[in-house]
Amino acid sequence: MNYFPDEVIEHVFHFVESNKDRNSISLVCKLWYRIERFSRLRVFVGNCYAISPERVFARFPFMKSLFLKGKPHFADFNLVPDDWGGFLYPWIEYMARNKVNLEELRLKRMIVTDDSLELIAASFANFKSLVLVSCEGFTTDGLAAIAANCRFLRELDLQENEIEDHRGQWINCFPECHTSLVALNFACLRGDINLAALERLVARSPNLKSLRLNQAVPLETFHRILVRAPQLVELGVGSFVNDPESEINDKLTSALQKCQSMRSLSGFFEVTLSCMSAIYPVCENLISLNLSYAPEIPGNELIKIIQHCRKLQKLWVLDCIGDKGLKVVADSCKELQELRVFPFDPHGVRNGAVTEEGLVAVASGCLKLNSLLYFCQQMTNEALITVARKCPNFIRFRLCILNPTKPDAATMQPLDEGFGAIVQSCKGLRRLSMSGLLTDRVFHYIGSFAENLEMLSVAFAGDSDAGMLYVLNGCKKLSKLEIRDSPFGNVALLMDVRKYETMRSLWMSSCEVTMGGCRTLAKMMPRLNVEVINDSGDLDKHGDDNQVVNKLFVYRTLVGPRKDAPDFVWTL
Amino acid sequence: MASVDLHLDATELRLGLPGTSSPEIEGRKGPVGRSIKRVCGELDDGFDPKDASAVREDVPRPSKTQVVGWPPVRSYRKNCFRLNKLEGESGCGVLVKVSMDGAPYLRKIDLMTYKGYSDLLDDLQDMFKFKVGEYSERDGYNGSEFVPTYEDKDGDWMLVGDVPWNMFTGACKRLRIMKRSDDRRP
Repeated sequence: MNYFPDEVIEHVFHFVESNKDRNSISLVCKLWYRIERFSRLRVFVGNCYAISPERVFARFPFMKSLFLKGKPHFADFNLVPDDWGGFLYPWIEYMARNKVNLEELRLKRMIVTDDSLELIAASFANFKSLVLVSCEGFTTDGLAAIAANCRFLRELDLQENEIEDHRGQWINCFPECHTSLVALNFACLRGDINLAALERLVARSPNLKSLRLNQAVPLETFHRILVRAPQLVELGVGSFVNDPESEINDKLTSALQKCQSMRSLSGFFEVTLSCMSAIYPVCENLISLNLSYAPEIPGNELIKIIQHCRKLQKLWVLDCIGDKGLKVVADSCKELQELRVFPFDPHGVRNGAVTEEGLVAVASGCLKLNSLLYFCQQMTNEALITVARKCPNFIRFRLCILNPTKPDAATMQPLDEGFGAIVQSCKGLRRLSMSGLLTDRVFHYIGSFAENLEMLSVAFAGDSDAGMLYVLNGCKKLSKLEIRDSPFGNVALLMDVRKYETMRSLWMSSCEVTMGGCRTLAKMMPRLNVEVINDSGDLDKHGDDNQVVNKLFVYRTLVGPRKDAPDFVWTL
Repeated sequence: MASVDLHLDATELRLGLPGTSSPEIEGRKGPVGRSIKRVCGELDDGFDPKDASAVREDVPRPSKTQVVGWPPVRSYRKNCFRLNKLEGESGCGVLVKVSMDGAPYLRKIDLMTYKGYSDLLDDLQDMFKFKVGEYSERDGYNGSEFVPTYEDKDGDWMLVGDVPWNMFTGACKRLRIMKRSDDRRP
């Protein structure tokens, strides 16, 4: 290919969209590295502390789209202190100062402030898309700045963020001339919204395809929006509450029937059950249904809805669906690829309403299933072995037994054999989360068979360092390893320190690593940041090597220790 | 002296996760003799035994302390359900949403701050700038196009004022001020 002029090579690269492939292309030769870097428009930074904005933009000067991830995954579960880090502002500040033509920004688990949002609004004239997932630190004032100033904004997608809601007026800030909106998701906002302004915005957005409302939007407004925007493909219902006698129910049914393009439904934060039948006609064409925030829909109504969803590929639901409901899923949703069953009562007062039976039913009926997140009361090896046999195509398999060290419910044995069957059968498995009673044996299976595993989450598992070592030695493609409350210590941590440079990150909390082990690791591997997080204040920074480190986060980086670490985070 | 079964098992103080019994814990002790750590100082759901007296009888009280970050549910999701729970079950206030047909905003009020129906209706009329008409048991509200209704625990929409006040505050889930043209009731 070196006989082709650069323009031809560049044109070919234009068709390569995956960054993994582009990274491989960059390694072929210097010429390809050079051509690739000038043609990369979408940059993904999996750990915002692995690299600096300066170096990213030095390498990819024509970047238009940035996807940044901040806090480690266990931050979702309150294991990482709030001010650990993951600040967006320095990135925006750099890009603004250096006149980067940023059009799209996607963030996960980062601290976003109103200042950052205001700076985005002021600096990037062609800004088109903002997607924030599990972020925090900002208020609706920041959203107002984006709405008011980003004239070409097409997408504002807020997923599960903690946003301080100053109530309602940010949606007024979209100017009257703003007509380019394609996607708007504010379902996670907890406050009131100016309904009239929302309706006007929808009315002047002919390209609107995706709209997810929050709980403050009542049924009457929802109906009027549907009438204005029958072209919607994705819809998040806010409040679905109405007087069943009211004539609006007929109007709603006919409005929904006109939404021929509807493929994805979510929301239903509160419902009047007798009005739910209005959505059945829409269900026939749905490929995605998320009722995991609809605690008022009981199992028998969920069943009625699901029976209509013959084309469903993605289903997120609460465990009140029960094993019985999952059997209906198995019978009705033959195209299902992704299933997530969340606990209705996350604080564990109730014990959870689904068991291994529901999982086996779905695996037996939905042969295309490849992605699972399942919170259940109990599990058995036999069930997991059956699931492994019926569904060898799993890419993501995440099982959470609500009691984290519960053994096989039938035999009282550890669940090693069950998870072993999963990794042996599912050769394409990239992500695995385990729970239940587990010994070192399960790690032996994982190390031996999980060749494509990229991310592993371990909790309350294993007997000794051998467990962790099986995984580090065996899983060649391992990128993220996160472990909590497991008896792994310095021996496991230090056996193969070079491994961590091939991975994005390692998290260990409530394990047995000590200050001595962490100091040794830091000394041997200068290109890793070895962060000891001392938020409990128990540790003495200059103290004994024998002190047990409660929270450890290790990640590779090209830019050394970060300068924004709070004083309880020590980069050794 | 007759021997008495003291049920020592039940009162035995153990470290370990709720619902587990000792065999599982023993199997997991590593070289340091460590059993499953429970971080007691950081209760997940904010349940504080000192608040036990403030909790109403019908609220299922978690009988055990909970492990931090378990089950691994995103804190956003946990907070959503906690807020909804609190709103429904708070012993010190009955917060309900109030909507009025045609109004751009919903409002939220605490029913416990009112002494009775007249107090409530006065405030609603003030909040939404409307008049409610004369109530009679037979004919409901006469003399205005606005009718105050509420959704009760069974999901039925009822006319405000028919049942005794205390029964109403216990049963009312949300309020809606309907415009008479929407009302199909005779």
